[in-house]
Amino acid sequence: MTTVLKGASVPPRSRGLVSRRTLTLAAVLALALAWGFLPEFTVVVVSYIGLYALVAVGLCLLTGVGGMTSFGQAAFVGMGAYATAWLCTSPTAAAWLGPLAASALVPWLGLALGLAITFALAWFLGSITVKLSGHYLPLCTIAWGLSLYFLFGNMEFLGGQTGITGVPALTIAGYSLASPRELGVLIWAVLLVALWLLHNLLDSREGRAIRALKSGRLMAESMGVDTARQRIKLFVLAALLAALSGWLYAHMQRFVNPTPFNLNIGIEYLFMAVVGGAGHLWGAVLGAALITLLKEKLQDVLPSLLGTSGNFEVIVFGLLMLLVLQRFADGLWPSLERLGSRFLKPDPRVEPARATALARRELPPAGTVLLRADRVTRRFGGLVANDAVSMHVKAGEIHALIGPNGAGKSTFFNMISGVDDPTEGEVRLMDRPMQAHPAREFAALGLGRTFQHVRLLGQRSVLDNVALGAHLRARRGWLASMLRLDRGEEAALQAEARRQVERCGLAEHGDAPAASLALGQQRIVEIARALAGQPALLLLDEPAAGLRHLEKRALAELLAQLRAEGLGILVVEHDMEFVMNLADRVTVLEFGTVIAEGTPVEVQSNPRVLDAYLGGAEEEAA
Amino acid sequence: MDSQIAVLLAQDGLVNGAVYALMALALVLVFSVTRVIFIPQGEFVAFGALSMALMQAGKVPATLWMLLAMAAATLVVEAWRHRRGASVDWRSALLWCVAFPLLACVLVLAWRPTGIAAQAFATLVLITPLGPLTYRLAFRPMAQATVLTLLIVSVALHGVLVGLGLLFFGAEGSRTSAFSDATFQLGGLQVTGQSLVVIVVAFLLVILMFQFFGRSMVGKALRATAMNRVGARLMGIPTELAGDVSFALAAAIGAVSGLLIAPLTTIYYDTGFLIGLKGFVAAIVGGLASYPIALLGALLVGQLEAFSSFWASAYKEVLVFTLIIPVLWWRSLHSRHVEDEE
Repeated sequence: MTTVLKGASVPPRSRGLVSRRTLTLAAVLALALAWGFLPEFTVVVVSYIGLYALVAVGLCLLTGVGGMTSFGQAAFVGMGAYATAWLCTSPTAAAWLGPLAASALVPWLGLALGLAITFALAWFLGSITVKLSGHYLPLCTIAWGLSLYFLFGNMEFLGGQTGITGVPALTIAGYSLASPRELGVLIWAVLLVALWLLHNLLDSREGRAIRALKSGRLMAESMGVDTARQRIKLFVLAALLAALSGWLYAHMQRFVNPTPFNLNIGIEYLFMAVVGGAGHLWGAVLGAALITLLKEKLQDVLPSLLGTSGNFEVIVFGLLMLLVLQRFADGLWPSLERLGSRFLKPDPRVEPARATALARRELPPAGTVLLRADRVTRRFGGLVANDAVSMHVKAGEIHALIGPNGAGKSTFFNMISGVDDPTEGEVRLMDRPMQAHPAREFAALGLGRTFQHVRLLGQRSVLDNVALGAHLRARRGWLASMLRLDRGEEAALQAEARRQVERCGLAEHGDAPAASLALGQQRIVEIARALAGQPALLLLDEPAAGLRHLEKRALAELLAQLRAEGLGILVVEHDMEFVMNLADRVTVLEFGTVIAEGTPVEVQSNPRVLDAYLGGAEEEAA
Repeated sequence: MDSQIAVLLAQDGLVNGAVYALMALALVLVFSVTRVIFIPQGEFVAFGALSMALMQAGKVPATLWMLLAMAAATLVVEAWRHRRGASVDWRSALLWCVAFPLLACVLVLAWRPTGIAAQAFATLVLITPLGPLTYRLAFRPMAQATVLTLLIVSVALHGVLVGLGLLFFGAEGSRTSAFSDATFQLGGLQVTGQSLVVIVVAFLLVILMFQFFGRSMVGKALRATAMNRVGARLMGIPTELAGDVSFALAAAIGAVSGLLIAPLTTIYYDTGFLIGLKGFVAAIVGGLASYPIALLGALLVGQLEAFSSFWASAYKEVLVFTLIIPVLWWRSLHSRHVEDEE
């Protein structure tokens, strides 16, 4: 029975005709072969699609993967275009450049200038909005996109509304790229390289960190990811892609004026990303192609249909966008992919590179105090959620924190994990004061944690989720990931993730999407993720909730084994049987204060505890 | 600059600031109740002003046909939801989809008002239902989406409405006749009656809104929804009510703002967008949450705009929108820990 079910749920993989990679290569090859024979008009349109896709792919990364967005990308395109146009034509620039002026090198200097200005501006804009909620960045980009547009149109040295004419063609090694047929090759080469680099980035340690941004920053921070920095870098990367597109645009059009960098066009770029499928790199290419072709058609049809001329395609685009967002929230690419998956076979498995060693932590000897809370008080206005709570967790012991609902366990948990700070008192981790330190520094010092409400990336595989836990044990950054210099480290991370998944008894679910597991199993995935970080101290928030009897027993065995290895474990739990059989020491909270502390036997016979559990709140007795 | 010019500019800034204050009020209202960052708010300003202008020119504004089309579409959606077993509150649906559009038809087609007050009333009846209809068609199907997705929907809707505005009203701008042609000499300063009307009406509307939220049952329900959506629903406050009322108020406020400024500046089909965005800058000063700070922000934006139009008129818009950067920087100083998004 089970085998039949399995066969039904997993589509037969071997029946496909070609692999994804082969298909992509074939498509690129076909385009390259046909390029010389396509009519001039088609070449121009395809070149434009390439230019737009370059911007849209940055937006896909920002919107679909990173959970941010920007309406002002057109302004960054303008940056790239105006920087090179000005440098190539302005007498002031010529005077600066001296003998270099009018050489074939100038456009490349223009590229460098455009990228540098864009980098600085995007970093600045990103860094002022990064600490605020996610919707401030896009709002800021609307305002900024408008400002830049007005600036382009008003700056004397940028030619005002008429713009700059006479931008030279690009030359590479003496070979001029004056016609679209020649420049188009460069455009598509740049686009394909960018897609490859971004694909590599997403398929790496840093890619996992970027994906984690979308599902709330708390989880990512607790895994040691500097979410603010990742968000800024992502925003800057998208801006740089836009500037690159602008540079190519300027040398294709050979003149620039403010119109194509208006906010409306910025919004159009976002349409491309969303309609095509934000979150899928190829979705950007699909979206750019769809919107460009549609715009072409609509500009032909609409004016005669409506009897007047004007920018009416925006009505259709807007309605299309509404439809896509309401009916295909992930854009059209995933639907296309599902359709095509029948004919595709999986990519051949790449032989993993030789794993390099991951950073290992020297675990402190058993009995060392790992975490100490000293008279920790937390007030919310007039409410005292924790009142002078003191406790400590030692290496090689399991410490349980129990208490009725509303006793202040979650508040306390937040303060010892870097989510919140005490109003008074002190939390010390590895004997260091942790006041005002972010959660990622707790992780760096060796604290691993799980969440009461499971926080996993549901669409990603269990292994991928667990590998995120080992984020801090590897070092390779964005550039190394893009250039695939991280394969040894990545293999080590994957191996570590597999080891932890197997250890936690989920070996057969490793490749399944995390959301497909039962809730209890998802809690175990969270434990595996915490263990992948090789913590010295493990904080577990209700790990046994939702587990079946046998699973609970397996969990207890795992925790006992971890204790024997020298980990310190703090468990917040409601299941009394589970706690009392497992814990070495128990702390009981009620109304924000510690009412008892000691071995399970001592606590169980403590009259105040009995009163709190049996006298006050009967429903908690279970 | 002498003091005469300074006072003149300050007066100008106050009038514009009053309109931005109304925008900011509507934006904060819609965002806090529905989590929608309502970019098309400004479009109601243009729709209101230009519909009024067409009525004064003796024509039937095309916004009426848009209202009827949207009402019909909403009715179809409601009927479809009803068939699929969703509970549909037909009373409110009929109010927005039938009663208001019918009244608007009667006012615009049959009565054809000539008095300025009657025309203003007809405009309000015409524009106000566009708010709840927009909400039901565009936003309600995705009430569970993230703030970011709702923002993208908002921007898409802005595109649709601006495009329709161009279709309905053409590329030429219009002005409407003033509510008051009086002028006063106030200590050597000339004050037009219309600018007084703007300030007084804006002030009254603000007071009215505070009364509405402080006293009335619906206002309190809206405030409860803003504070805790799930909790409010559990207390029996229908989410539809919150969406309908906040969007209706937003549309009405937009239309009133349009009526107020159309006699002072020429309104084009896309003027509303910039006005709405300036309201946004003000609303962001208040963190999209605080009404009083948003009002102060609006006055600040008005003054900044007025004075920068004197010193650097070409960079007026640049300066106003760049204000958002120090504002956001200042706000980010106040938030220390990572905010977790819903």
